[in-house]
Amino acid sequence: MTKHFNAKHNPLLTKASLTLLTVSLIVFPFVAQQFGNSWVRIMDMSLLYIMLALGLNIVVGFAGLLDLGYIAFYALGAYMTGILASPQFATILESFVNTYPLIGETLIWIFGPEIAQKGIHLSLWAIVPLSAALAALFGALLGAPTLKLRGDYLAIVTLGFGEIIRIFMNNLNAPVNITNGPQGINMIDPIRIFGVSLAGEAGSNATVHIGSFSMPSVNAYYFLFLALCVAIIFITVRLQHSRLGRAWVAIREDEIAAKAMGINTRNIKLLAFAMGASFGGIAGAMFASFQGFVSPESFSLMESISVLAMVVLGGIGHIPGVVLGGVILSALPEVLRHVVEPLQKKIFGAVLIEAEVLRQLLYGLAMVLIMLNRPSGLWPAPKSEDRPDHDVDVDKPAHTSGIAPV
Amino acid sequence: MSTKTILSIAGVNKRFGGLQALSEVGINILQGQIYGLIGPNGAGKTTFFNVITGLYQADSGTFELAGKQYSPSAPHEVAKAGIARTFQNIRLFGEMTALENVMVGRHVRTHQGVLGAVLRHRAAREEEVAIRKRAMELLDFVGIAKFAQRTSRHLSYGDQRRLEIARALATDPTLLALDEPAAGMNATEKLGLRDLLLKIKAEGKTILLIEHDVKLMMGLCDRLTVLDYGKPIAEGVPSDIQKNPAVIAAYLGGAHS
Repeated sequence: MTKHFNAKHNPLLTKASLTLLTVSLIVFPFVAQQFGNSWVRIMDMSLLYIMLALGLNIVVGFAGLLDLGYIAFYALGAYMTGILASPQFATILESFVNTYPLIGETLIWIFGPEIAQKGIHLSLWAIVPLSAALAALFGALLGAPTLKLRGDYLAIVTLGFGEIIRIFMNNLNAPVNITNGPQGINMIDPIRIFGVSLAGEAGSNATVHIGSFSMPSVNAYYFLFLALCVAIIFITVRLQHSRLGRAWVAIREDEIAAKAMGINTRNIKLLAFAMGASFGGIAGAMFASFQGFVSPESFSLMESISVLAMVVLGGIGHIPGVVLGGVILSALPEVLRHVVEPLQKKIFGAVLIEAEVLRQLLYGLAMVLIMLNRPSGLWPAPKSEDRPDHDVDVDKPAHTSGIAPV
Repeated sequence: MSTKTILSIAGVNKRFGGLQALSEVGINILQGQIYGLIGPNGAGKTTFFNVITGLYQADSGTFELAGKQYSPSAPHEVAKAGIARTFQNIRLFGEMTALENVMVGRHVRTHQGVLGAVLRHRAAREEEVAIRKRAMELLDFVGIAKFAQRTSRHLSYGDQRRLEIARALATDPTLLALDEPAAGMNATEKLGLRDLLLKIKAEGKTILLIEHDVKLMMGLCDRLTVLDYGKPIAEGVPSDIQKNPAVIAAYLGGAHS
């Protein structure tokens, strides 16, 4: 499979494969929508999970830091969007005025009466970098105390951090109401790009018009998420094949040797946490705008575990594998949900096993089977011995150069 | 040969609980020397090594590298200051290729960050090319260039030792510190290692060497320090060390002089 995308060995095949992939990705929503918007919606969610899996892959796959609380950054991005792109900020100010009038009045004086009335409504161009920055900041903050931990211990601590963030979201409705607690934040603005709302204008029946061209809202989001995914893949691939990517892998392989080679493991680990978290933050922001609603229950430990499962089952540290894992593990359960009950009705005339039960069952079975048969993932990184160009004779050995500094 | 002092260390003490692992240890290494550190098992050689390279914190001592004070408080700072080391039990980045291992060694002398990696502007590309070229040269220098694309943990034992040396050389060290590089090698591999070390010396590098193989050390080193029970018991050229009664006693047992 890899050879289809290896430009060095077969440029023509690579070009053909990439073109085919691009075309099918562009055509997909228009074909899928014939069978109902829900199929495109499933793909939209898959793309969000791919972003998450790619972010987690930097932390777990490259730097080898087992992080079980990754969903916290997804939550941060989502809640930041919830507060800064909805009427929620007005609610927060009001709550301040009611509880601590002095602080409340000061805040209103700072933000002005309009925000106190309508809340803050930032645009996509502010939301994406802000969510990335906020999540990166928290990634580094939560990473800092864990720097000396490894393996199981790191997993437990990060698991705790993930839960702390969720519990905060769940309880920050008192004494001052910031997150609306368990009820979540509602009426989050849909994304607007150059004045075009991706949710469709009011009364347009969720259809997006761009000039004379129109498509369903889910398709518009599909293309936005696809673009973000491509950008994240681009950034991750370039990071992987850079000085920093090598430093991450070196830390994963042997931390003491990495230190002895002059790698400042503290900074490089924090960078991994921050980079990984920033992708999670962006995915979270997109999730919030897409759903129009966030609540703490979307960010449970189960979510952290499924994202980790995507990374591990797909092929830890290998970007195409991680993408594959993301698609399969996020789309398959949804597909099952759509297929299983009608199928049972047709065969048995009644629903014998509920989709949700069967879904968990098959999910577990799939994991066991994959781990038994392909322990390094569905599409693992090719081992260098498999690479056709191994043991190349150096064309012209630089005998003369010696080891003196160049 | 110049007589510039490369490494000057004095008065190092290190205590682990009730055990005085090092007491008043010091060495003085001149430019271009191969300097040996020998002693029976448990004499404190590796402890001293770990103190010099920042893996352990000394309780006291003064440290000077190429005329400049350095404080061995963190291994990556020591590497930056100019001491590169290898490990007694080989510590390569197992899943990386041989070439990538050496490229990691260039980390400390290169600068590109996230922006350079993502944008791949001209400076970043040039740096990457230079890293790769230098790494390839070093693999060639230690004689394993043809295995550049092999996963390092699949290399033979002797080649893994060579790779570790190449990786250390990639940091452009002022001093190359090797912890038992001949451990586990057969006679042929030892000869190869000897030639490699002499070749590195011929390039003007200074080497600090810990080794058990006394025969190898006597033929290779310009000067030696002998440690026993954490104390330096002798210092000098190999022919003097061989005749030193304290050294003989330490190795063979018998009445202490």
